[in-house]
Amino acid sequence: MTLPKLAMDGKILEHCCIGPQMYRLLVHCPAIARQSRPGQFVQVRVERGQLLLRRPISLADADAAAGTLTLIYRVVGKGTAAMAGLQPGDTINCLGPLGHGFSCTAEKPLLVGGGMGIAPLLFLAKAFAGRASILMGGRSAEEMFWPGLYDKLVQDIFITTDDGSMGTKGFTVTLLPQLLQKGTFDQVFVCGPEIMMRCAARIASEAGIACEVSLEKRMACGLGACLSCSIDTTDGQRKKVCKDGPVFPAQEVF
Amino acid sequence: MEKNTRLATKLAGIAMASPVMTASGTFGFGEEFADFLDLSALGAVVVKGTTLKPRRGNDGVRITETPAGMLNCIGLENPGADAFLQEILPRIEKYHMNVIVNISGSTVEEYGQLAAMLDVPGVAAIELNVSCPNVKEGGIIFGTDPKAAAAVTAEAKRHTKKPVILKLSPNVTDIVQMAKAAEAAGADAISLINTLLGMAIDIRSQRPVLGNITGGLSGPCIKPVALRMVWQTAQAVQVPVIGMGGIASAEDAIEFLLAGASAVSIGTANFVDPGIAEKISTGIDTYLRERGIRNVAEIVGALKL
Repeated sequence: MTLPKLAMDGKILEHCCIGPQMYRLLVHCPAIARQSRPGQFVQVRVERGQLLLRRPISLADADAAAGTLTLIYRVVGKGTAAMAGLQPGDTINCLGPLGHGFSCTAEKPLLVGGGMGIAPLLFLAKAFAGRASILMGGRSAEEMFWPGLYDKLVQDIFITTDDGSMGTKGFTVTLLPQLLQKGTFDQVFVCGPEIMMRCAARIASEAGIACEVSLEKRMACGLGACLSCSIDTTDGQRKKVCKDGPVFPAQEVF
Repeated sequence: MEKNTRLATKLAGIAMASPVMTASGTFGFGEEFADFLDLSALGAVVVKGTTLKPRRGNDGVRITETPAGMLNCIGLENPGADAFLQEILPRIEKYHMNVIVNISGSTVEEYGQLAAMLDVPGVAAIELNVSCPNVKEGGIIFGTDPKAAAAVTAEAKRHTKKPVILKLSPNVTDIVQMAKAAEAAGADAISLINTLLGMAIDIRSQRPVLGNITGGLSGPCIKPVALRMVWQTAQAVQVPVIGMGGIASAEDAIEFLLAGASAVSIGTANFVDPGIAEKISTGIDTYLRERGIRNVAEIVGALKL
């Protein structure tokens, strides 16, 4: 079943800086919010500046009742820099919901997020209605505002930072083997830098636990037409991150 | 809305509801955009470039944004002609759109083979891609040498009863010479322009941004070049010209019509607004209605000098 996708102007309700170069945007897009699933994304059109293409941003939340989408993003280039200048009351055109999201059937899920990859897992944590735990990693305590956002959504929060300024010192996956060895998690959901997802997928595979990963690629249309975001699958096929993903079973892509 | 005939046009024998088409490589197989517009209201959908065998396309980064445009080096990723005929064509039949298949060969003979294979119900016409800048073999060479372009056109014509459209590359010294060669070889229409060959460098890594080093430039930044080439070509040939290159609004499209294009194709703008082709069609209709013009054909080539 494929629900219709929409392109619509949404009014920005809130827009705040929540970390170094990191922003949380709340936009009113009821028709998109109603259909959105964890792991999906929207393509936003930033009218400011001379930018042509839309920018794909993952959904950190979609609230069907309130008709809102939450986007959490880091300023990494011209598009996100222009987005950061938007004010409440401004409109932003959103195209979505796009892509194939996470499966939400696990009984005891472990979410694993690195850096901005922690953002889309918020929506997933909400869908698991308190059943999930999360392992999250970032560069330093300064950008680890995430525990406050996950507090009420998950059972346990495990934290790593590269510099050890919060939680365990090391990369996100440092804690993964021991968490999976405890044997209570039945599925792992990973979003973060590719190298970290590859590593997490290998650890999950060794532990015999199913794993889904959310990929990121440059894209133009977001609809499966332009083929900018093609990837190779392990069985030699070409797939599109925007349409067949961004979420894939780990063994399909790593 | 009551159907009017202001936009109805006939191009190379194909009845079109509108002079607005969508350009190959920017609109998938049409189905990807069905949520955003009425595909049957478009003049035609030129589907993704198809080759004899499946192609996996280029590796590495395939797109990058540029001022008022973008570079791409997809490299003709496509499932191949057999998969198109067996899986995709039957699937998109339900949209009742004019399907024009863009084909690419690495030899003259391959264009003939593809043209023959695609001479089937459900295909409205064949567009010869002789101008893809992103593949090593074939492609661009047929688009820069008038004799090679003529050979490819004649070969395709010999193998199909469908109208044959030749898509020209702007990466030539004399576009008119290319168009005349295609016309003389029997092309039923000429479409132009394909992308302009370009490049971008990441100064931090000191490496090319694109995996293929160079790529095709498209978007609003190429519109003046495209418009000039369409104008020059339309004056030089009798066959209809399909204009494209950076069209993002009805105003842009009308410029191309005035310059002599019988129809226009929307490319990169589809990525920005997936419903843009229909909006452009509506905008052209409004322009005609406000001026009491009964059919779009009346403004084709109506440029006053």
